[in-house]
Amino acid sequence: MASSTTKSAFWLGARHGLPFIFVVSPFGLLFGVVGTEAGLNIAEVMGFSVLVIAGASQFAALQLMTENAPTVIILATALAVNLRMAMYSASLTPHLGAAPLWQRALMAYFLVDQSYAVGVARFETHPGMPLAQKTAYFFGTITLICPFWYTMTLIGALAGQQIPPEYALDFAVPITFLALIAPALRTLAHVAAAAVSVAVSLALAFVPYNGGLIVAALAAMMAGAQVELWMRGRQA
Amino acid sequence: MNMSSAQIWTIIVGLGIGTFLIRFSFLGLIGDRKLPEWVLRHLRYTPVAVLPALIAPLVVWPAATGGQPDLARMLAAAAALGVGILTRNVLLAIIGGAATLYLALYLLG
Repeated sequence: MASSTTKSAFWLGARHGLPFIFVVSPFGLLFGVVGTEAGLNIAEVMGFSVLVIAGASQFAALQLMTENAPTVIILATALAVNLRMAMYSASLTPHLGAAPLWQRALMAYFLVDQSYAVGVARFETHPGMPLAQKTAYFFGTITLICPFWYTMTLIGALAGQQIPPEYALDFAVPITFLALIAPALRTLAHVAAAAVSVAVSLALAFVPYNGGLIVAALAAMMAGAQVELWMRGRQA
Repeated sequence: MNMSSAQIWTIIVGLGIGTFLIRFSFLGLIGDRKLPEWVLRHLRYTPVAVLPALIAPLVVWPAATGGQPDLARMLAAAAALGVGILTRNVLLAIIGGAATLYLALYLLG
């Protein structure tokens, strides 16, 4: 009985994760194409998608690699893009923190934007789910998403070798990032953070080794946090 | 790209381990403890703080045109941003930006 409800929780998770293959597939494809165009071989492109599984940070690293930025700056920038996942980890801990260590390690590897969004929505509306079902549900969400992510990256990498450079793929990364940022501009604080980020990075573009990028990101985070405080003060 | 294979793999593996540790942080190490409010308040803005800084110079001074501002790429950037804000849909925004880029390169080029 217990195992059959655990199994059904797994398949429920898989079903709820299903629509997100239409989100991750084009991204995987695009990363494969752009990565190969930038000069990575297939193993390197796949290394990114399998070891990192975080599209935005992969594109960020790739862009800085084509600019020949120093390794330290590349890692700091790409990891900064992923810092939001510490928030995901913290918010899932009350639900999944009692699972065995190896399961928590596996969950951490599979903790992507989509599995977090689907998982936390379910756990918050069904807080009484037993741990085994929550764990099964979480792993269910990624059973389709992650294989699609890997496979579409591979197809993109294979296709990328056939695409000649005159297709202006240099601009695929900026367009992708703008497309990711635009829907995230939900509040005045997000808009302020983005505006400070743009202004400081352009003002500090002369700083060697993309050093201005880190300063711009820190200034923008503080701007976002400050504006959030002001807005809350005005509401109160 | 002008990087050795060792350098590329250092970045891939370093980013992989670092990202895993970020994901594992609370689930595996810190456990059920609340993040201080001021930390959460800054973390909320990391994507909109990092990504615009990364691309703003690429939009204004594209490498493909030798760093000269380029109308087609500016229009494409505006289209991607505009479609994204109006539709809140990432894929539509990419399609809008790419379509604008190719149309503008064709008409202006």
